[in-house]
Amino acid sequence: MVADRGRNSSEGYVLIAPTLVVMGLALAAPLGLMAVTSLKNQSGLGFAEGWTLAQYGAALGRASYRALFLRSVLISSAVTAVTVALAYPMAYFVAFHARHKFFWLVALTIPFWTSYLLRVFAWKIILGFNGVINSGLMRLHLISHPLEFLLYNPFAVVVSLAHAWAAFAILPIYVSLEKIDRSLLEAASDLGDSALRRFLRITLPLSMPGVIGAAILIFVPTTGDFVTPALVGGTKGTMLANIIEVQFNGVGNWPLGAALSLVSMAMVGVIALLFVAAARAAAKAAR
Amino acid sequence: MKNRTLLFYAIAYLAFLYVPVLVLPVFSFNDSEFIAFPLSGFTLRWYQGLAADSAMQHALGNSLKVGVVTALLSTLLGLTAAKAVTRYRLKGAGVALGFISLPLFIPDIVLGISLLLLLGAANLPLSLAAVVLGHLLVCVPFALTVLIARFEGFDKNLEEASADLGENGWMTFWRVTFPLMAPGIIASLLLTFITSFDEFLVAYFLSGTEATLPIYIWGQLRFPERLPMVLALGAIILTVSVGLVVLAEYVRNRGVQKPMVGA
Amino acid sequence: MSFLNIANVSKSFGGPPVVDAVSLDVPRGEFFSLLGPSGCGKTTLLRMIAGFETPDSGTISIDGEAMNRVPPHLRPTNMVFQSYAIFPHLNVFDNIAYGLRKARLPKEALRAKVEAMLATVRLEGLGGRAADQLSGGQRQRVALARALVREPKILLLDEPLGALDKRLREAMQLELRALQRKVGITFVLVTHDQEEALSLSDRVAVMEKGTILQVAAPRELYERPNCRAVADFIGEINFFHATVREITAGGVLVNAGLLGLVTLPRANLGPGIKPEDHVLLAIRPEHVRFAQQGIAGEIMASTFLGERSRFHVRIEGRGEPVAVSGAPPATAAVHLAFPPEYLMGLPTTG
Repeated sequence: MVADRGRNSSEGYVLIAPTLVVMGLALAAPLGLMAVTSLKNQSGLGFAEGWTLAQYGAALGRASYRALFLRSVLISSAVTAVTVALAYPMAYFVAFHARHKFFWLVALTIPFWTSYLLRVFAWKIILGFNGVINSGLMRLHLISHPLEFLLYNPFAVVVSLAHAWAAFAILPIYVSLEKIDRSLLEAASDLGDSALRRFLRITLPLSMPGVIGAAILIFVPTTGDFVTPALVGGTKGTMLANIIEVQFNGVGNWPLGAALSLVSMAMVGVIALLFVAAARAAAKAAR
Repeated sequence: MKNRTLLFYAIAYLAFLYVPVLVLPVFSFNDSEFIAFPLSGFTLRWYQGLAADSAMQHALGNSLKVGVVTALLSTLLGLTAAKAVTRYRLKGAGVALGFISLPLFIPDIVLGISLLLLLGAANLPLSLAAVVLGHLLVCVPFALTVLIARFEGFDKNLEEASADLGENGWMTFWRVTFPLMAPGIIASLLLTFITSFDEFLVAYFLSGTEATLPIYIWGQLRFPERLPMVLALGAIILTVSVGLVVLAEYVRNRGVQKPMVGA
Repeated sequence: MSFLNIANVSKSFGGPPVVDAVSLDVPRGEFFSLLGPSGCGKTTLLRMIAGFETPDSGTISIDGEAMNRVPPHLRPTNMVFQSYAIFPHLNVFDNIAYGLRKARLPKEALRAKVEAMLATVRLEGLGGRAADQLSGGQRQRVALARALVREPKILLLDEPLGALDKRLREAMQLELRALQRKVGITFVLVTHDQEEALSLSDRVAVMEKGTILQVAAPRELYERPNCRAVADFIGEINFFHATVREITAGGVLVNAGLLGLVTLPRANLGPGIKPEDHVLLAIRPEHVRFAQQGIAGEIMASTFLGERSRFHVRIEGRGEPVAVSGAPPATAAVHLAFPPEYLMGLPTTG
C-alpha cells in the first residue's frame, strides 16, 4: 500500500516541542554546564578565573581514582553477569512454560516499584553482623560466630544491585524470547534436534539481542550507583558515585566532581559500545 | 522433567525477589529495637511512633506534592510527544525519542549534579520545584513509553473516522482519543507518581531544606533506635506502592488485545 | 461540471508521484470504482476526495464546490475505512449515531433515524451490542450505516470487503449493489479485486502507477481494453505478437506469426496504430475454439469445471500455453481456431 500516510508534519512538531524544550532545559543545558564547570578550578565557594584541564589531569591521573574506576567497572560487570544469568531461566520459564504470563510478569515487576532505598536497606538488615542471616543461622546453631564477609564489601554491593536490577534483565529477555516464532522451534525438532540442541542452536542465538540489550541496560547505570555502595559497601565497596558525591557535599571540589562525572560517563560509554561491537562481531562469526 | 526444574527455579527466583522486601513488614511488627532473629513478639508501637512523627509527616507531604505535580506534568509532556511521534510523519523522530529517553542511560547522580550546577548558574534556589524538574527528567521517558504503546495499540483510522463524520480536532480528541487513551493516561500518572515518590538521589541534591520522604528516611538510617520505625514506614509505602502498581497494570491493559507488561 | 470532478490532481510523498495528473468525472448517483494493483495510487486518490490528504496540484470539486480548502469534517463525503474503524468504546447504536451529534436532533428523531438505518443494513435489534462482539460482516455493516446515516453526497469505500471470507464477500457485494440502488447516493469504491469492480460498478477506472489507464463500463473494459495492462489485469487473456500490414475500411490485415495472416474488423484495432506497427493480438480464453482444423496443439493442464472448463494448450513455436475455456474436447490432441472478430489489436507499449 501507499507508504506512511501521516498528517501535516507541522502540527506534529508543535506537539513535540514542549517536551523537547523541557528535556533540553533539564538535560542538555545542565550537561553542557557540567562540561564547562569541569574546566575550572575551585576557589573558596566559587570558581577561579580562567580555564584549566587540571581536573581532568587529576581524574585520569590519580591512582586512587583509577583503582576506583576499575573496581566500579568490575562490580558492575559482575552485577550484569549475575543478573542476566539468573534472569534468563526465569524469562525462559515465563515465555515458554507459564500458563498465566501476565500474572507472572506483574508478580516479577512488583518488587521493583517499591522504594529502592528501602530495598537496599533491607539487604543491609539481612546481611549485617547482627542481621537476619547471621542471627537466623546462629539461632539454628549452624554457625557459632556471625559471618563477616556478608556486608560492607563488594560482595554485598553485587548482591544488592543484582536484586535491584533483576526486572531490567527479565523484561528485555522475555520480550525477545516471546518474539521467537514457535514454528522455527518446531522446524528444528522436525529436522532432528533434541531439546537441548534446539535451545543452543535456535533459541539462545535468537534471544541474544534481548540479552545484550539487558546487559547494557544494567551495566551502564550500575557503574554510577550511589545508594547501594553507600549503605552496604563500606570502605571496600565504594564506587564512583560515592567519591563524586563527596565533591559536591559541603565544601568540596565541584570542578573535580564534574570532571570525574564526565570521565566516568565517557569511559562507561566506550566500554558499552565496545561490548556491543564485540557482541555483533561474535554473532557474525558464529554464522 | 525440564518443566519441573524450571518451575522450582522460577519459584525460588521469586522468593529471592520478594524475601528482602518482606523483611520490612515482618520486622516492623517485631517488639524489639534490634532487627535480628529471634522474633520478640508482636507490637504496633513502631506504627504508633510514626503517627507522632511530625518531621516524617512533613516530608511525606512534600513527597506527595512533588509526586502529584511530576505525575501530571510528565504525563502531559509524554502525551503530546507520543501523539506527535505516532500520528505524524516527523523527520528526526528517532533522534527526538532517543534524546528524550537519554536519562534512562545516565546515572542519577549525574542528573542530580548537573541540575545542581544549572541552578547555581541561574542563581535559582534549591527547592521542591527544582526536584520536580529533576523528576521530570526521570519520569517523562516512562510516561512516553507507556503512552506510545497505547497510541500504537489503537487504530489510526479511528480519529480519521471521527473527522470524516463531522467532528473537528477538539471534539475528536474529546470523543475518541481521550476515552481510548484514558487507561494509558491513568497508568502513566500512577507509574510516574510512584517513580517520583520513591526517587532519592536527584531529590537529595536539589531539595535544599525541604526534605522529601526518601531523604527523610536516609537521614534516619544513621540512628539504630529509629530503624524499626523506618521499617514500619517502609512497610506502609510498600503496601501502597504495590496496590498502585497492580492498579496501574490492570487499568493499562483494559481494552487492549494482548496484555503489555513492563514498559 | 459533473457531480464529482477531479481535475489534474497530483500527489507525491517525497518521491515519484503517487497520483500523477489524474482527471475524472463522476456523475451523480453512479457506482464508480477505482481498480488497480497495490501501490497504484487509488487509495491516495480516495483519501484526497475525503480530505485526509491534500493534492499537491489540481482541484477536486463536489457538486460544483471546490474542496481543496475544506477539511475532512466539513466535506459532504463519508468514508467506509478498510479496517472499518468502529469505535471500540461505543456500542452499535452510538457508533451509528456518532456523526449526528452536530445535527442536534431531538432524541426521538435521532432514534428513528438510527433504527431506520439499522434496518437498511439488516442489523435490526443489534443497537445495544458492544463493538467487540461483532463479526466481520456485522462490523462492515455498522461502518456502512454510520457513514450513510449522514446522507453524504458521496460515499467513499476503501477496500471494504477485503477482510471478509469469500462467501461473505460475495453476499456483501450483492448487498452493496442493492443498497446503492436503493439510496441513490454516488459511491466511489477502491479495490484491487477486478471481479468485484466489474460486478458492482456502473463504470470503472483502471489505475496503474498513479495514472488512469482506462475509464469505461465493465463490459467495455472486458471486451475493448485499450492497452495491454488493462487487458491483462481484467480477466484472463492470451497475447500474440503481430505486425500490421494494411489498414482499410473493410478491415485490418495483420501478420500474426503463428496465427498466419488474419483480417480483423476495423473496430478491433486500438487507437493510433499505423501500418508496420507491432501490435499485441489479444483474445479471451472463452473465444478460442476447439475445431477440426487450425493450429495444432496438446492439452497440458486442465481444470474441470463442467461446461466452462479451463485448459492450457501447448502449441508449436510458443513457450506459453494458450488458455482456453469451454466444453472439454474428446482428446488431448486438439486444433485451436481464433475467430478474427474476437481478436483485439493493442499497442505494444502501455
